[in-house]
Amino acid sequence: MLTDKDRIFTNLYGLGDWSLEGAKKRGSWSQTKSFIDKGRDWITDEVKGSGLRGRGGAGFPTGLKWSFMPKQNDGRPHYLVVNADESEPGTCKDREIMRHDPHHLVEGCLLAGRAMDAHHAFIYVRGEFIRERERLQAAVDQAYEAKLIGKNNVHGWDFDIVVHHGAGAYICGEETALLESLEGKKGQPRLKPPFPAGMGLYGCPTTVNNVESIAVVPEILRRGGSWFAGLGRENNTGSKLFCVSGHVNTPATFEEEMGITFGELIDKHCGGIRGGWDNLLAVIPGGSSVPCVPGEKMRDAVMDFDGLREVGSSLGTAAVIVMDKSTDIIAAIARLSYFYKHESCGQCTPCREGTGWMYRVMERMVRGEAQKREIDMLFEVTKQVEGHTICALGDAAAWPIQGLIRNFRPVIEARIDQYTHNAKAEGAVPSVAAE
Amino acid sequence: MSVRRLAEDHIQPQEFAFNADNKKWAKQTIAKYPKGRQQSAVIPLLMRAQEQDGWVTKAAIEHVADMLEMPYIRVLEVATFYTQFQLKPVGTKAHIQVCGTTPCMLRGSGDLIKVCKSKINAQPFETNEAGTLSWEEVECLGACVNAPMVMVFKDTYEDLTPERFEEMIDEFEAGKEVKTGPQIDRQFAAPEGGHVTLTDVPAKKPAARKPATKSATKASAPKPTAKEKAEEPGADVKKPSKTAKKAAAKADDARMKAPLFDAPEGQKDDLKLISGVGPVLEGKLNDLGITTYAQVAKLTKKQIAEVDDRLSFKGRIERDDWKAQAKALAKGGAEEYRKVFGKDPR
Repeated sequence: MLTDKDRIFTNLYGLGDWSLEGAKKRGSWSQTKSFIDKGRDWITDEVKGSGLRGRGGAGFPTGLKWSFMPKQNDGRPHYLVVNADESEPGTCKDREIMRHDPHHLVEGCLLAGRAMDAHHAFIYVRGEFIRERERLQAAVDQAYEAKLIGKNNVHGWDFDIVVHHGAGAYICGEETALLESLEGKKGQPRLKPPFPAGMGLYGCPTTVNNVESIAVVPEILRRGGSWFAGLGRENNTGSKLFCVSGHVNTPATFEEEMGITFGELIDKHCGGIRGGWDNLLAVIPGGSSVPCVPGEKMRDAVMDFDGLREVGSSLGTAAVIVMDKSTDIIAAIARLSYFYKHESCGQCTPCREGTGWMYRVMERMVRGEAQKREIDMLFEVTKQVEGHTICALGDAAAWPIQGLIRNFRPVIEARIDQYTHNAKAEGAVPSVAAE
Repeated sequence: MSVRRLAEDHIQPQEFAFNADNKKWAKQTIAKYPKGRQQSAVIPLLMRAQEQDGWVTKAAIEHVADMLEMPYIRVLEVATFYTQFQLKPVGTKAHIQVCGTTPCMLRGSGDLIKVCKSKINAQPFETNEAGTLSWEEVECLGACVNAPMVMVFKDTYEDLTPERFEEMIDEFEAGKEVKTGPQIDRQFAAPEGGHVTLTDVPAKKPAARKPATKSATKASAPKPTAKEKAEEPGADVKKPSKTAKKAAAKADDARMKAPLFDAPEGQKDDLKLISGVGPVLEGKLNDLGITTYAQVAKLTKKQIAEVDDRLSFKGRIERDDWKAQAKALAKGGAEEYRKVFGKDPR
């Protein structure tokens, strides 16, 4: 288990003082100027060396992403955009950073800004995080006040931070939809290329990073990339905030080393599965968009990017949703289907129509009011949606259902059998309305 | 995709204007964005208009469009695309947004929605008779480890039970101040019952959690005062310094025989129903002052270590998961136990 001295977010639970004074006592804003002075390449190399992979779900190496920003300035400003639109069901890690450790993020913005020659940062906070946004804004104001950021600041790198917010659209967590929204439009994802690093916000070179990816940067630079690289396994380095929700005895958010096994994670931090390990049904290990994994495969699974790929899922945002045997797994996944139907932006047909179709079929499967061949049809349709949309929301809507069919097909079939069994003698199964 | 339309014309007010404070604020907000990019401020401005009027009116949409030099249709698009904008009037004292997505659903948000239906209105977005309260089911609000939860205007209310939620609705209706954040004894997103991590980080505030608030879940448990008393001796048992250890050795002997807890009055529960407890252990637990399921369910890590220590259980409490078993038994006896564990107790 990670020791407290290796934890980056030491005020995660808001026990200490969140403000500048408290943050400085915990080590923030020290040596910052020396890092800025060492220049762009040094910072990028250090982050590359740390092996940090983006914490927003896709796990793209952060240092590499930064290096895509143009080396020569062609007159257009460079922008750093921080994605604080945390809406993936199960995920609530950035919230804790913004309300209890906001200076990690503010300092991280400055350093990341230097690494990509940006003088402006926008932090896009989801609309529902109102108190969190107020706290973050207060922290930004404190940093301006103390001349840590702003024009002619003590670090010698002019830097402005604007805290912006959305208004309740999951899709704005997708980087190009976020940029659209930030420009004051509907949040509909853009076609790529051009990629944001070439043409992003206001047509200028932009890098979009997750809150956690940016907030860990100051500590990585202070302690050295090799310290971070020493945690976890190769290619899956560092520590990570995990949020465990659902049927565990004590759900919680906490920082842990990557590569811990699922069993250890649950027993140490969450007081075990509700009703003991025998009672575990399934786990969604990385936020709602990743396929669920049956309980018996999960206990020894390694919680990092590669470890979870081995069990047919993904680390995503490390938001673990645990379901015990009292769960109606079909209903749980159907609720996710409803979520994706609700949050589809309506731009691409496969997703706009597909999410609604999949939800309606799932609804019938919850009751068992379906034909067994429809299970295959549903699977087929998820395959049609997956990969045929501009952004990954189509994939995200398809994967939970694919995970369900792959792992819990007998449950769906049993439900259908039961429904047929209960049907009245005179009418057999009521005919299924055409969708 | 959610289809949303503006409210009908007869309830739309004729005019909209920001008040003086908001006007000043709007100017500052627009200035934050680069020149010629004032359109970026559309969401913040609409949100401020909603705060001012309670919902987004057609007049407000047009007013904001004029301010930002945008075509009306572009602002209308934004107002209908983002679901946080209320397009018709909602409850004046509280518009309760119940998170219904899977993580909250798993922990009982369905019961909260039932409460809304019975106490406010059978339909979402419709107000109660007085027009003070309304509700809706929303998608994930990002407080999943504190599920189930609701949001009312700017604040979140977490770790709810239907009982506490009913109380809360009454408090909103009465115009009282309602405690925000977790509604049980818990420090934000830290695990209930005490920290596992960040225990040796110097913190300004004491590591002790806030005093227990009146919460429905506590109703059946022994009084918090009795519990805290019992916790005190444990504090120096768990992390003794070396010198203190020697000095305490003698006192330990006597202490080992004294009860740890104040046994609650009333009937004893049949602790033998907990898998792993036999008649002998039951007697020993009773000697320590543990007589009810509720007490077992509420044991903290520290207390478990202590009981372990006293009875040489060697981790049995956690291994057999007594807490979860006792919790089910306390909640609904053998029937609840069967529901949770899928087998008979014992």
